[in-house]
Amino acid sequence: MRDFAYLVSAVCFILALKGLSSPRTARNGNLVGAAGGVLAVIVVFTTKGLGHILPILVAVAVGTVVGALVARRVQMTAMPQLVAIFNGVGGGAAALVALLELASTDDGLPLAAAIFSLIVGSVSFSGSAVTFAKLQELMTGRPVIFPGGPLVFGGTLAVAIGLGVVVFVGDGQGTAASVAAVAVVLVSLVVGVLFVLPVGGADVPIVISLLNAFTGLTVAASGYVLSNTLLIVAGTLVGASGTLLTRMMAAAMGRSITSILFGAFTARGPAGAAAGGEARPVRSVGPEDVAILLGYARKVVVVPGYGLAVAQAQHTVRELADLLAARGVAVSYGIHPVAGRMPGHMNVLLAEANVPYDQLVEMDDINPQLPYTDVALVVGANDVVNPAAKTSPGSPIYGMPIIEVGQAGAVVFLKRSMRPGFAGIENELMFDPKTMLLFGDAKESLAKVVAAVKAL
Amino acid sequence: MTEGMALLTIFVLAAFVGFEVISKVSTTLHTPLMSGANAIHGVILVGAILVAGEADTTGELVVALVAVVLATLNMVGGFVVTDRMLEMFGRGAPAAKSSQGKPEDGDSGEAA
Repeated sequence: MRDFAYLVSAVCFILALKGLSSPRTARNGNLVGAAGGVLAVIVVFTTKGLGHILPILVAVAVGTVVGALVARRVQMTAMPQLVAIFNGVGGGAAALVALLELASTDDGLPLAAAIFSLIVGSVSFSGSAVTFAKLQELMTGRPVIFPGGPLVFGGTLAVAIGLGVVVFVGDGQGTAASVAAVAVVLVSLVVGVLFVLPVGGADVPIVISLLNAFTGLTVAASGYVLSNTLLIVAGTLVGASGTLLTRMMAAAMGRSITSILFGAFTARGPAGAAAGGEARPVRSVGPEDVAILLGYARKVVVVPGYGLAVAQAQHTVRELADLLAARGVAVSYGIHPVAGRMPGHMNVLLAEANVPYDQLVEMDDINPQLPYTDVALVVGANDVVNPAAKTSPGSPIYGMPIIEVGQAGAVVFLKRSMRPGFAGIENELMFDPKTMLLFGDAKESLAKVVAAVKAL
Repeated sequence: MTEGMALLTIFVLAAFVGFEVISKVSTTLHTPLMSGANAIHGVILVGAILVAGEADTTGELVVALVAVVLATLNMVGGFVVTDRMLEMFGRGAPAAKSSQGKPEDGDSGEAA
């Protein structure tokens, strides 16, 4: 009976992933998955001989309240790091389960699975913590590279695996094996940190997706240790689909996974970053100039970026677009696949501001329209419109597809300062004669432009 | 077929299902899909509960309960945050109301 309920849960999870792959069914898909999870957790309490039920219920209650509150209240802009941290704690939980099961695990394949779970779960935990720190800007978003990095990483990984072998040979029992098991966890935590440190800011979402797949595999391995089919199915589903999703994300950014993970190891520092002196001339304009330019244009393309999200300017940008549309200007939004911090992040933010879905145009469809566009309005974006991605092979973002705003008749950047973007690269386009810059907080600047357009 | 072999079979078949089930996804849905998959592996909660229920010593129980809390965070937080992303895709009116209030919630922003 319990196994049957687990089967129902497993089917729920498959349907959830299926549903989540299509916009129309996505929300229901997620609810089906949640139902599968709730069912599984209720059913596990019917397991014979399960003790300590009260403390377990308290722990579940604590996790539920904290998890739901945090997930409800966190800002939409902070969503990517939240996903990272939820992924990390899942990996941590799986590693702890494996640690506790070690002594009672049969040797052979189950023991190997438990050790796998220890290593990969710990890597996922600490790796996610570092991605969180990068996205939360608790540390630099740039690749952290030090001499001999690849050797240190390889060496640490080898030590973790070596300690795993010690546990395996000791059958996971006795003091020596226990000490080795704890050492496996500690060393694997270091491996996770070293794994993520060299990854550059813009590639972090892809690494989160990869760590997500890792956690899935960890859960599957824990399921093997516990002989629990539901954990095997759910973990493997996530491991497989997560791997595929990671590849799709990387493809959307024109990157290969190996170059993201190991590219920074071989990079010769921030190549091409510091081109040109400090005092290059740019054209700084006022909101009235921007308003005139926009108000008398025929076609305007808005390219929103993370700066828009940070400034919570999505509602103001919509107000501006409505105003322009009322004046007969054709307005559409060019959405880069990784605008914001994650693929699809910007769509979520603009949908929150009730921007009509059909005005959101994906990069591949907007690029051919840009030569016929009068003004490209870039709000808080930088890397995703940086021509260095096409023209300078030494640049860290070389090869990433961009929205080619340089093709438009005029380009307006709304920026806080001349500070380069998340990837830390100068944008040549800033110095182009047809580019205008309006400095200030994106929301305030937009509000001023809105007022100026109204006054036209 | 031994039990180990049966479990291995399930593993391999589930891997194929995982690859097949999300063959084509628009970039718009990459983030919610990742987040939803993230919530699904929160089902490690089942494993954590099983281990906690068998704990012999207080030390084991404490570690297992930590695992239970972490796994619950993963599962509940994961599904809730995914739902929040996806409600934006739903049409119109209710989203407008809630979005007005959101910037004021900023003080809870640095949770987790």
